[in-house]
Formats: sequence, C-alpha cells, structure tokens
Amino acid sequence: MTISQRLNKENTAGYIFISLFIIGFLAFTIVPIGVSFVLSFTDYDILSAPTFIGLNNFKEMFQDPTFWQSMGVTFYYALVSVPLRLIFALLVAMVLVRPSKASGVYRAVYYLPSIIGSSVAVAVLWKRLFASDGAINALLAMVGLPGDTAWLAQTNTALWVLIILAVWQFGSSMLIFLSGLKQIPVSYYEAATIDGASGPKKFFSITLPMLTPVIFFNLVMQLINGFMAFTQCYIITGGKPLNTTLFYSVYMYQCSFQFNRMGYGCAMAWIMLILVAVMTGILFKTSNKWVYYESK
Amino acid sequence: MNARKNRTVVYHILVCLFGLVMIYPVLWMIMSSFKNSSEIFQNADSLLPTSFKFSNYTNGWSGFGGVSFSVFFKNSFLICILATVGTVISSAIIAYGFARCNFKFRNFWFGCMLISMMMPFQMIMIPQFIIFKKLNWVGTFLPLIVPYFFGLPFGIFLIMQFIRGIPKELDEAAKIDGCSTYGIFGRIILPLIVPALITTAIFQFMWRWDDFLAALLFLNKPSRYPVSLALKMFSDPSAQSDWGAMFAMATLSLVPIFIIFICLQKYLVEGISTTGMKD
Repeated sequence: MTISQRLNKENTAGYIFISLFIIGFLAFTIVPIGVSFVLSFTDYDILSAPTFIGLNNFKEMFQDPTFWQSMGVTFYYALVSVPLRLIFALLVAMVLVRPSKASGVYRAVYYLPSIIGSSVAVAVLWKRLFASDGAINALLAMVGLPGDTAWLAQTNTALWVLIILAVWQFGSSMLIFLSGLKQIPVSYYEAATIDGASGPKKFFSITLPMLTPVIFFNLVMQLINGFMAFTQCYIITGGKPLNTTLFYSVYMYQCSFQFNRMGYGCAMAWIMLILVAVMTGILFKTSNKWVYYESK
Repeated sequence: MNARKNRTVVYHILVCLFGLVMIYPVLWMIMSSFKNSSEIFQNADSLLPTSFKFSNYTNGWSGFGGVSFSVFFKNSFLICILATVGTVISSAIIAYGFARCNFKFRNFWFGCMLISMMMPFQMIMIPQFIIFKKLNWVGTFLPLIVPYFFGLPFGIFLIMQFIRGIPKELDEAAKIDGCSTYGIFGRIILPLIVPALITTAIFQFMWRWDDFLAALLFLNKPSRYPVSLALKMFSDPSAQSDWGAMFAMATLSLVPIFIIFICLQKYLVEGISTTGMKD
C-alpha cells in the first residue's frame, strides 16, 4: 500500500480529521481534570509545592458556612431563574408566533437582551439601574411608588436583581420555541378544533407535549450554565450583602485566586461537578416520563 | 370584523409596550452616555438628555492608568479575530471527520465531544491556570486564543448538521473521478458549508467579545486588557467614578455586537434554531 492509499483509508482519514479535537480534548480538558483531581487532595498556594492532606479539603468544606451559603444561593438562583426564563420564553413565543408584518421587528427587540446580556457592559449598566439613585427607583417614584429601595444593599432583594437580569435574557430560548412551534403540524390543531377542544386544552395536549424535547434540552443546558454563573454576580454584587448573592463559582474563584488556596478550589469544583452530573442524570432518567419523542 | 381589528390593535400595543420595557435599560444606557454625569442620576427617570454631549466619549476614551480605550479595543479585536479564525478552521475539519468518515471508536470520541460541550469552563479554570502559568502563558493572549484552534463543540455540531444535509452522492461522484477524501473536503464540502462557517464565526466572535472570566484569570497588565475587563476596572468605585464616561465606553463596547445583530441577524436566528442552544 502506498502512503496516499494508506492516508485515504477511511479509518486513517477519520482520525486525521478529528486529530485536532483529540489533542485539544486531552490538553485542555482531560489533563486539567486530572490535575484538578490530584490537587483536590492537597494544600497548594501555587508558589510552594503542593502538600498532600488527604480528604481535609472536603472535611473543611462541609464545616465552612460560606461554602453552604454559596451553594444555597446558587441553587436558589438557578432553580428560580431558569424555569422563569423558559416560561417567559414560551409565553412570548406563543404570542409572537401569530404572523404579522411587524413580527420580525418584535422578535428582534425581544431577542436583543439575550445577545448582549452576558456582557460586562450590561452588568455595569444593571448595577447602575438598580442603584439607590438609579433609573428603577426614579421610574418607581415617577408613578408614585416608594423610590428609595436600596435594591443591591438589602439581603432580600439583591439576589432578585441578578434573577431579573437572567430572566430578561429569555430571547434566545424564545427563538428556539418559535421554531419549535412552527414545526407542529397545523392538522393537529385542526383535528382538535373539530373534536371541540378548547384553547387551553390544545395547549396542554398538543403544544406543550410537542415542545417537551426542546424544553428538556434547554432546561439541562441552562441549568448547567446557571449553576456556573459568574460574571454578573462578580461585577454587580460581588457577593454582597452578607454573602447573600455569593455564587458558588465566585466563591471558588475567591478561594483559589484571592486566598491562593488552589487545592480547596479544586475540591469545590469537584463537588459542583458531581452535583451537576447527578442532577443531569436525574433529569435524563425522569425524561422518558415527561419528554415526548414522536418516533416512539 | 371591527372587533377583530380592535383585537389586532390591542395586540400590537401590548407587544410594543412590553418590547419597550425590554429594551428600556439599553436605551437608558445609550441616552445616559450623552448626558452630563450629574444629570444621569438627577434625571434618571427621563430618557432624553437636556442636551447631547460627546464629552463623555472623549473623557472615557482616555481610559485609566495611562492606557486608553484604543488599546483595549485593539486587544479585543486581536483576541476575538484570531480565536474565531482558529475556531472556524478547526471545527470545519473536525466536523467533516465526524460527519463523513467511518472510523473506529467514532462514537466514543463523539461522546468525548459531548462531555467537553457540557463541561463548564469554571470546572477546569484552576488547573488550566496552573498549567498556563507553568508554560509562562499567563499575561499573554495565548490562553485566550490557542485552545480554540482545537475545535469548538458548538461549531462542530452546527457544521456537522450542515454536512449531513449535503447528499452523499456528491462525495461518491468525486471519489469515482479520483478525488481523495481530503480533496472531497476541500473542493466539494468546504465551499458548500460556508453559511454554517459564517454562523459559527459570528457566535464565537460574540462570545469571545463578551468573555470576561478567562481574561480576568489569564491577563494581568492593563496594557493587555480586552474591553470587557477594562470596562470592569473602569467601573470600580475606587477611582472617582465618572458614570457618563463609563456609560459611553459601555455603549461603545456593544457597538460590534449591535452591528452583528443588525446586519447578520439571519445567521444568528438560524444558528439558534438549528442547534437548539445558545451556549
């Protein structure tokens, strides 16, 4: 066999094409995961050599009140903001699916926030919007409501400022739902109308089941991202007040890069990975109960 | 007929009102960038400035610590363009391998790609930092660029979907004419998947432009900062905060995104609806 014949064998060609992925996957995912695993059992400040301390990082973590608080805050944030965002996205998609000349413009307007929402620009803007002398309070005062709430300084409102920012970015989920809605055959609705089904009945018996695969996929991906949210918390609240908005990944960042405790940070990362994996697993396990796949 | 017309009018009014609420924050930012710093919070409830001023833009552009925003923008463009070019080239090659070649353990490697897609950056940021530190890459642009030359799962998926839509007969005809697998990729497939490449490029450019965490970790000198990181430092209350200038720079930092949004919306919508995901 000549070299060119050998290179043309499908097996060889396949590996040549994906070789970049294999190298990158090993170098930037597998090796870091291995390093992280080893370091999670050590005390490491990056300057001196790591010292093996067994399970002490994990033991310490379970007694660290800030760890538990950040975990609670993150769960609250993800489990509230992701479902809210998906519900909003679905509602608005149902409204916009109605054809009209302006629907392109409407779609663009609702979609815009999700395009820019993760930027630093919007984070600093949000901080100013909800400042005591910001636009939200000014607008509330204008319509006669109390306009002196310190949204970002109160323990019971600060996290909601971040949740509102997350829900505000429902646009891209809305687009996904819109394209899902358009794929539902009109004949289903026609048949339901002939059978005398009401609007809500159609929604719960046709629309919602047909969308469950899309909803499921988005729920999983967005929950993973929600648990890992970083930038908005880091810039807008920095975890304040009294750590009531301290996200898990921000606390992990503080431990590793501000207190120079890389080992502890790695251990925290592993706990989160396990939690997210278990949660994803549960979602997948229960998915055949509520996710409707047409081929079945 | 009349009742239906009324309902249509109500529909449009409601949709417009809600749309206004949605983009009000952005409008407020843009308008505030033309206001005096004192006016921004005194007249926080009014959208229009008493008079349009561009001084915020000139003040803001001078930056901080002796580094102006022209440097930050240059850094951002350099990082984003290189990372995007790397992403598109590598993702196209990898996607072709997965979509058209039958090789051993393909499903295994495909599973690995799913894992790397689900793996949040936060999980591996600490060891990556340590590795890059040992390589002396921290403080340079390399950690923000090099990893993307090994494919981006989102792009690989998108391009794979596209390649699957191309009839296999095309490949086979070329093969009979003596074209090698690499020739088929370069001459037949590559020209046909340009729309998917553009979509991948747009998304990756926007994500790199917005990226904050990696820049925060891997860069340490203001002269190397991209716009996102510079904006955060600029808004820190340690300095006497000039909110007008901050809003001006925040607005400017969104201009590339706005341009993409307005000119290339078709690709954005397609990318989102075909892959069914956003990040």
